[in-house]
Amino acid sequence: MGVFSMPSLGADMEAGTLVEWLVQPGDKVHRGDAVAVIETQKGAIEIEIFEEGTVYRLEAKLGEELPVGAPLAIILAEGETSPPDAEPERKPEAAPEHRPFAPDAPAEPTTPPPTTVPVSMGAPAASPAARVRARELGVDLASIKGSGPGGVIVLSDIDGTGTGAQSEPKLSPASSPMQEMRKAIAAAMTRSKQTIPHVYLSHTIDIQPAVDWLTARNEDRTPAERLLLGALFVRAVALAVKKVKVLNGHYSADGFHLSDTVNPGIAVALRGGGLVAPALMNAPAMTLDETMAGMRDLVTRARAGRLRSSEMTEGTLTISALGETGSEMMLGVIFPPQVALVGLGAPQTRPWIVDGTVVPRRVVTISVSADHRVADGRQIAHFITTFETLLQLPEEL
Amino acid sequence: MTETDFRAIFLEELTRVAPDIDSATVGDDDHIQDDLGLDSMDILNLVVALHERLGVNIPEAEYIEIATPGLAALYLARNSVAGA
Repeated sequence: MGVFSMPSLGADMEAGTLVEWLVQPGDKVHRGDAVAVIETQKGAIEIEIFEEGTVYRLEAKLGEELPVGAPLAIILAEGETSPPDAEPERKPEAAPEHRPFAPDAPAEPTTPPPTTVPVSMGAPAASPAARVRARELGVDLASIKGSGPGGVIVLSDIDGTGTGAQSEPKLSPASSPMQEMRKAIAAAMTRSKQTIPHVYLSHTIDIQPAVDWLTARNEDRTPAERLLLGALFVRAVALAVKKVKVLNGHYSADGFHLSDTVNPGIAVALRGGGLVAPALMNAPAMTLDETMAGMRDLVTRARAGRLRSSEMTEGTLTISALGETGSEMMLGVIFPPQVALVGLGAPQTRPWIVDGTVVPRRVVTISVSADHRVADGRQIAHFITTFETLLQLPEEL
Repeated sequence: MTETDFRAIFLEELTRVAPDIDSATVGDDDHIQDDLGLDSMDILNLVVALHERLGVNIPEAEYIEIATPGLAALYLARNSVAGA
């Protein structure tokens, strides 16, 4: 028997509101199945289960706001008929261990604070996110009255939206989903800039061969089969980082963990503001057409608010492309706990020297923001050169 | 179908791609990228939707001809079988 509990979808997440069950008691579930939809600061997310078995009972009710680690459902393993104790302990369990890249898993406790908090002469009990926010705002924790279990100070107390003893059914109902998303972005980006020593390299690359190849390839295809330049960029980044592995992984309390799997997060600008970067899982294994289809699917689901929990937590580096018109370069902020962000400016037409002659060419500027604790300039330059070489032979991508 | 019908279909598919746009506020000369903020993925999705609905296969080189609702209505009327 296992307890399926509210996962952490990022270091700044404290709770989620259950909005839909995708399974019912008696349903068989498999590793990776989406079982419920929760509303978070980053929008509605489909959460996946990481065990096999049969749903025995749903523990959480729709509309309930639940802390990370709270039990959501009881799952029976293969062969089990019913749990030995009909009344399961309401003791929250840690989030599934099978997510190797849960952000800062060792550093940030995923269980909710205990209900009884020992009186301490030191700092008041506060959640990690609340501590970070208090530090950012210069707020003294001792001056705050916590509204969490046992008086623990939670993020909303710091933001002044805490309501003391009253329990609110929704996630900070005082602010709109967009304000919530801005808060999540603010927390992640502030943390990144305060803790990650960024190093930046950039390089402008002739992409005329890729543009010409793409135009010819799209010409006799129906719209649904066409490729965007962005798919070539994502494909080239995925292949280049397979060679220069040091940019791919997570940095946690005990240092850098390189990832063998490459799951590039694709930064998707949401209309009306906001940004999410869901992961394109195992991108190097895809063909170029599959990469394009995967990106279309991610963008569509990001805008519809139907991303999966693994896509929110298992990205191993981020790609942010400015699109086909606009500014030529961006130096991005790394999305923790990742260690690199690849920025691609909008392609420009520039005078370029080809075989000793100045000619107009389409060029793009790639930038890499990397965690200098992990990577050095030479390695990043090698990554950029590999990317450039791959784009010169687009037919082989 | 008339040009007005094609304009309505174009706006319907446009707002399906970008649900936050209120079609009542879109002017004939609003540029779908510069004024309405569609990106290249949105435009591809719009072109796919128009292809599926009207059978009009808009080549990449002609995307410029659907840059505003006014232009798009003319273009679709000219190129659609139903518009003939």
